[in-house]
Amino acid sequence: MSVDTVVPNASAATAVVSYPASLAPVPTHYCPGCTHGIAQRLVAEVIDELGAAERTIGVASVGCSVFAYNYFALDFAQAPHGRAPALATGLKRVSPGKLVFTYQGDGDLASIGAAEILHAAARGERITVIFINNAIYGMTGGQMAPTTLPGQRTTSSPLGRDVRTQGYNLRMSELLAQVDGAAYVARRSLHDVVNIRRAKKAIRKAFEVQQQGLGFAMVELLSSCPTNWGLEAQEALDFIRDEMVPAYPLGEFKTPDGWAETPRRGRA
Amino acid sequence: MARALLKGNVAFAEAAIRAGCEAYFGYPITPQTEALEHMARRMPELGRAFVQAESEVAAINMVYGAATAGVRVMTSSSSPGVSLMMEGLSYIAGSRVPMVIVDVMRGGPGLGNIAPAQSDYNQMVKGGPHGDTHMIVLAPATVQELIDLTVDAFDLAERYRCITAVLADGSLGQMMEPAELPPMREPRHAEARPEWALTGAQGREPHAITSIYLDPEEEEAYNQRLQASYRRIEETEVRFEEAHLGDANIAVVAFGTAGRLSMTAIEAARAEGIRVGLLRPITLYPFPVARIRRLADEVDAILVVEMNAGQMLHDVRAAVEGHTAVAFFGRTGGVVPMPEEVLDAIRDVHLQLAAEEVVA
Repeated sequence: MSVDTVVPNASAATAVVSYPASLAPVPTHYCPGCTHGIAQRLVAEVIDELGAAERTIGVASVGCSVFAYNYFALDFAQAPHGRAPALATGLKRVSPGKLVFTYQGDGDLASIGAAEILHAAARGERITVIFINNAIYGMTGGQMAPTTLPGQRTTSSPLGRDVRTQGYNLRMSELLAQVDGAAYVARRSLHDVVNIRRAKKAIRKAFEVQQQGLGFAMVELLSSCPTNWGLEAQEALDFIRDEMVPAYPLGEFKTPDGWAETPRRGRA
Repeated sequence: MARALLKGNVAFAEAAIRAGCEAYFGYPITPQTEALEHMARRMPELGRAFVQAESEVAAINMVYGAATAGVRVMTSSSSPGVSLMMEGLSYIAGSRVPMVIVDVMRGGPGLGNIAPAQSDYNQMVKGGPHGDTHMIVLAPATVQELIDLTVDAFDLAERYRCITAVLADGSLGQMMEPAELPPMREPRHAEARPEWALTGAQGREPHAITSIYLDPEEEEAYNQRLQASYRRIEETEVRFEEAHLGDANIAVVAFGTAGRLSMTAIEAARAEGIRVGLLRPITLYPFPVARIRRLADEVDAILVVEMNAGQMLHDVRAAVEGHTAVAFFGRTGGVVPMPEEVLDAIRDVHLQLAAEEVVA
């Protein structure tokens, strides 16, 4: 499977995009229209650009991200549900010269792994966390997640999430940005090209923060789940833009001194 | 290294350091907390990793992470804390990365209490972790043996790429005894990590350490490899200690502290002319099945003594295969039996055998 871009007048041109070396050349199990593939490609591109593939170790979690270790051409461990930040802590503490990152979904990070992520941030673990927020449990077939929006229908909130009995959605980036050990916390979205490019910049910063030993770094990526949302691929991207972004504001919530992105005009 | 008066919890922690343990992750719980405290001071001093985790759940997963990097790593806890680690222990067993755990058992169930007990035999030997897995389980009876078995635990874990547990109890953790620590072994050089370890895929194909096999046939094949490693352990690593079994018609089978205090009772019984001896399993997994099966033909009765309601008892019965009578004496809930109570239990077995002889 080659995805190298074919450029007209190839003899005169240089390729402007190629398949990242840190991404394994294999088909994924992700549904059509799912943004996991974009997120993983961005991470792989950043690792390539940092020249860090041979010193990077990933930690996969449980959920749709469980097979991440198949999709990255990197050393990988696979953690129990929610425990990736603890596993990454152990790995990093005995491998301080390596780049260690976790790749976790919202059920994994914000529900069953809420304690592990909070305390990894509190300890300022030098790890990078890629947090996929698609407001639902994907792998188990569309149940309510801690990030499910109020009123959102899922298979376990069939009448829509009723905050009186099912509680409110958690904003993990805002929560973790309060923790002193967190050096970099940002939320980005994968619903269009502009936002995907911003997401990549944030991912790069999150790895650079680790490389410089500044502390815990996390990028939350608003992502689509067309299958479990019951939407077409484009409708799912629109859902992120219209429903998720207002509930989960984009931005950098915590940056090391001098690292903040200059705010730009225009739509998020 | 000269003999010194050492507290069990401190002794096994220092023994682990001297065995080249590079990382310790734990959570405070009585009656093992002195081990964590010792590690908190010593590990940073030696430039090694120490983290007081937010929970036992996190601690065991930190152990898992460090283990995937191929370093010598351990945790220690006590019964309810070890229960919380069962998830991680299953993943670790399923991934075949080596690690050491010391369980300083206390009274249960539930929160129970902090007094010495042997309530975790089933949890550690029978699992415990979901799936068909075993840990090697070593049961010390003295502080010296606690030290020696902790050192051996690291070697065994690496030899078989498995979990090795040292199953102590609150009395061993808390007591002070004269004992000798081993000489300091430096940790393995960072370049000399095992070939399967996660070190960054430099000049080689990437490694994945995982316990997921979605295809049942593939999972079964993996299970068969695991089981084959357990058969090798069962053939090679059985350890036990015997005393006074030469002329005995009664054998006490007891491990750890129960074995130690049974010995006092056995000496007293022999002074009364009762021919009784001791078989003390040192490895609870692998269990000395063959030796106990032979023992069943050598004696007229076996008395199992435990600080629980009869957990190892079932393994003894299974090993005996009905070839001799098996009696049981146990105290639970953190009550340590007095040697006099065990002596009474030995006398009961002796009297029953004598009565049967009269009837016959």
